[in-house]
Amino acid sequence: MSVYDIFRTLLNGLQITIELTVLSTILGALFSFVFGVGKISRIRIFRFFSTAYVEIFRGTSLIVQLFWLYYALPLLGVSFNSFVIGTFALALNIGAYGAEVVRGALQTVPKGQGEASLALGFSPWQRLVRVLLPQAVPEMMPTFINLAIQNLKDSAIVSLISLTDLTYYANNLQNLTYDTLRIYTVTLFMYFFLALLMSWGLGMLERYLRRWKLQAR
Amino acid sequence: MLFGIHWDTSGTTLDFALSILPILLIGLKVTIEATIFGFVLALVLGLVLAILRSSRFRIVSWMAWFVIEFLRDTPLLVQLFFLFYVLPLYGVSLPALVIGIIGLGAQYSAYCAEVYRGGIEAIDRGQWEAAHALDLSRIMTYKDIILPQAIPRVIPALGTYLVAMIKDAPLLSAITVLDMMAASTIIGDQTYNYLVPLSIVGALFFISTLVASFLVHKLDRALPKTGIPMK
Repeated sequence: MSVYDIFRTLLNGLQITIELTVLSTILGALFSFVFGVGKISRIRIFRFFSTAYVEIFRGTSLIVQLFWLYYALPLLGVSFNSFVIGTFALALNIGAYGAEVVRGALQTVPKGQGEASLALGFSPWQRLVRVLLPQAVPEMMPTFINLAIQNLKDSAIVSLISLTDLTYYANNLQNLTYDTLRIYTVTLFMYFFLALLMSWGLGMLERYLRRWKLQAR
Repeated sequence: MLFGIHWDTSGTTLDFALSILPILLIGLKVTIEATIFGFVLALVLGLVLAILRSSRFRIVSWMAWFVIEFLRDTPLLVQLFFLFYVLPLYGVSLPALVIGIIGLGAQYSAYCAEVYRGGIEAIDRGQWEAAHALDLSRIMTYKDIILPQAIPRVIPALGTYLVAMIKDAPLLSAITVLDMMAASTIIGDQTYNYLVPLSIVGALFFISTLVASFLVHKLDRALPKTGIPMK
């Protein structure tokens, strides 16, 4: 097999890798915001739940979480297909890291602004969405980009629950052809270029979002 | 049976949990060994990469940049497979655990290199000039002036990576290392009970990362902020 043939075969797996990364990054961002806000919420039960979520998912390993959802959850009578499991495992994991970033960024907004919006009669929701988040989001972006790339790399482990992603195809090809060096080199470069592409694309988003910060001043 | 220890599936869940705990603890030992050796490798390799990265020779610094970026932006799992399958082709046959340690060390060396670089660049330019004026060689400047100041400042950041590495260590089970993760799935495969072993493994990871964060915090507090006197 030529390098081109290897590349073409691996392209089959690329689709799952990209779908999984994009979906779980978006879902993970959602979790980040919900639980990041939850960590500094005044509602005690929400705060407790958010803190527990963040600590549990940051304290244990992604592969344990993935296997737990894949092997142990069905024993409790809940089962999903492996794509859903993979997406949720990645999203829950990255969301826990993201929640800390969101919390940190929200806390960098000067306290006076929260008080001012309270004085102006903003509802807590308006205060969050119209005052705090527009200033906090540009602060989070650099770390979010790192987390998104981390997520792309982490997505490789879904091959262990037999999702046919890029790594899965690489392993299959390895078992068929034993053309080890070229297969894994091509695979590594494909991930590398995906990561570069992602950081370039998200970098554009970051520059776009930076205008929120200027507007808010 | 694993590691010569039998599990008890006849009793309650608690009996089962207690009977597999010793097996998982043996696995935890492997996980911790892999983390410690992997981290030492990452610290050393990372420092080398960081110094090469700030080399005056553009080709050297460019190559170090590429190595760092490549290691950082590709999945650890694929790197492990690469090492596991490719090294034997070139006559290097090492135990899976050693390959795993090299893999962990290599990926994290890239992270560490970035941390070191941040620390080195934070040292005032004037110190380099002063060292140059005192006719110190580049190696001596690094060894006696720059690193003793830079390293204590980057300990917290390096510590974060130690904790992260613990959580990446179970990936070694994918290249046949018999660690805690592998032990728990073997138990699961044989008893059809994945819930208990995987939950225990989760709890053990939770405890390990807590302990590691605590130790890093202690170390950070114990080190003098201004630098370690070398002589």
